Amino acid sequence: MAWDRNQMAERAAQELQDGWYVNLGIGIPTLVANYVGDKDITLQSENGMLGMGPFPFEGEEDPDLINAGKQTITELSRTAYFDSATSFGMIRGGKIAAAILGAMEVAENGDLANWMIPGKLVKGMGGAMDLVAGVGKVIVIMDHANKKGESKLLKECTLPLTGKGVVDRIITNLGVFDVVEGGLKLVEMADGVTREEIDSLTEATLIN
Amino acid sequence: MGKIYNSAAEALDGLLFDGMLIAAGGFGLCGIPENLISAIKDAGTKDLTVASNNAGVDDFGLGVLLQTRQVKKMISSYVGENDEFMRQYLSGELELEFNPQGTLAERMRSAGCGIPGFYTKTGVGTVIAEGKEVKTFNGEDYILEEGIFADLSIVKAWKADDTGNLVFRKTARNFNPPAAMCGKTCVVEVEEIVPRGSIDPDHIHLPGIYVHRIIQGEHEKRIEQRTVRQREEA
Repeated sequence: MAWDRNQMAERAAQELQDGWYVNLGIGIPTLVANYVGDKDITLQSENGMLGMGPFPFEGEEDPDLINAGKQTITELSRTAYFDSATSFGMIRGGKIAAAILGAMEVAENGDLANWMIPGKLVKGMGGAMDLVAGVGKVIVIMDHANKKGESKLLKECTLPLTGKGVVDRIITNLGVFDVVEGGLKLVEMADGVTREEIDSLTEATLIN
Repeated sequence: MGKIYNSAAEALDGLLFDGMLIAAGGFGLCGIPENLISAIKDAGTKDLTVASNNAGVDDFGLGVLLQTRQVKKMISSYVGENDEFMRQYLSGELELEFNPQGTLAERMRSAGCGIPGFYTKTGVGTVIAEGKEVKTFNGEDYILEEGIFADLSIVKAWKADDTGNLVFRKTARNFNPPAAMCGKTCVVEVEEIVPRGSIDPDHIHLPGIYVHRIIQGEHEKRIEQRTVRQREEA
């Protein structure tokens, strides 16, 4: 059986190391926060906050306290607030250890496309381009194939790029892959997934 | 000369002209200068270029200036919450310059610091880099981005003293300080104006040198995505 959303998030949480400052993207990456366990992880929200807490209890929502997805959140005892220029200073400056992001396509050279489908989805890149250019490690969580069964791990991206050669590790519903010289290295397979299944759903060059 | 004005319209008097460039603070609907946006709507100033991370929603925030067709061009990183925006953009009525969020913030901050351009790795190898100078530092490529020197900054803070020293609240700070810094004139709306000396000088987020006019206003502070968790049963 392939991994579901929560299992992908759980697997991604294993990538995070004690003491790291981390930025989680919208969607499945947000679920990673549920699986960090005892590790000392500080979550950054790029609209100007380190130490992001959980959603508030009903009635305690504060319009002045939101995350980058515009959702109401809470603060923690460690929380610090700052402006957007400072926020992206720490992102661009490499102070954020890792970003976990969703993707539409990833290429075998680490190119990432996750912000635009020409003619269809034109909402903007938000902070994604800054994050992938600046943070220590870029980890992508995505479905291995689209609904038509076509690989999203490609030789070359077809959509406009978010960043060139920026992805380090990809966690899909089928397994874990690293971007290495010459292609994607299969690091781990999801329970019950076969190598044949992965080969048949992967356009990118797989190594070993 | 005092910085405190009685109304948003009074605070903007003499500052607005057609075709001007305005930098606005706020992220989503959080920390947006609601009263100043309304006053610009009432003033009817046209052909505006607005640098703001987002474009509001259809009937609130900068969205109200889109409804009245006062905006010619937006410089933003994300406009996904505004259907009217998408309609005007896709039909060619509205120009849009997408900036990566950090690049937009730094374009404002740097202009406010007298720095007309800076090199960044953000956007290298993407459509954002098209037509921009590339320079290599230590073997890595960077692109040149230019500062945004605005005619006017419109900003929301939590508190101001009468000299313009500002304190923001939680994540409502966001783009407000860099937006405040990059304008020739900066008009700020706050929830409370307090006497000088009542804010600890060590706790001032933006010093009053950046602030020219201040108004106290009522704020709706609309929540865009109300997310809550359940209380666990005892």
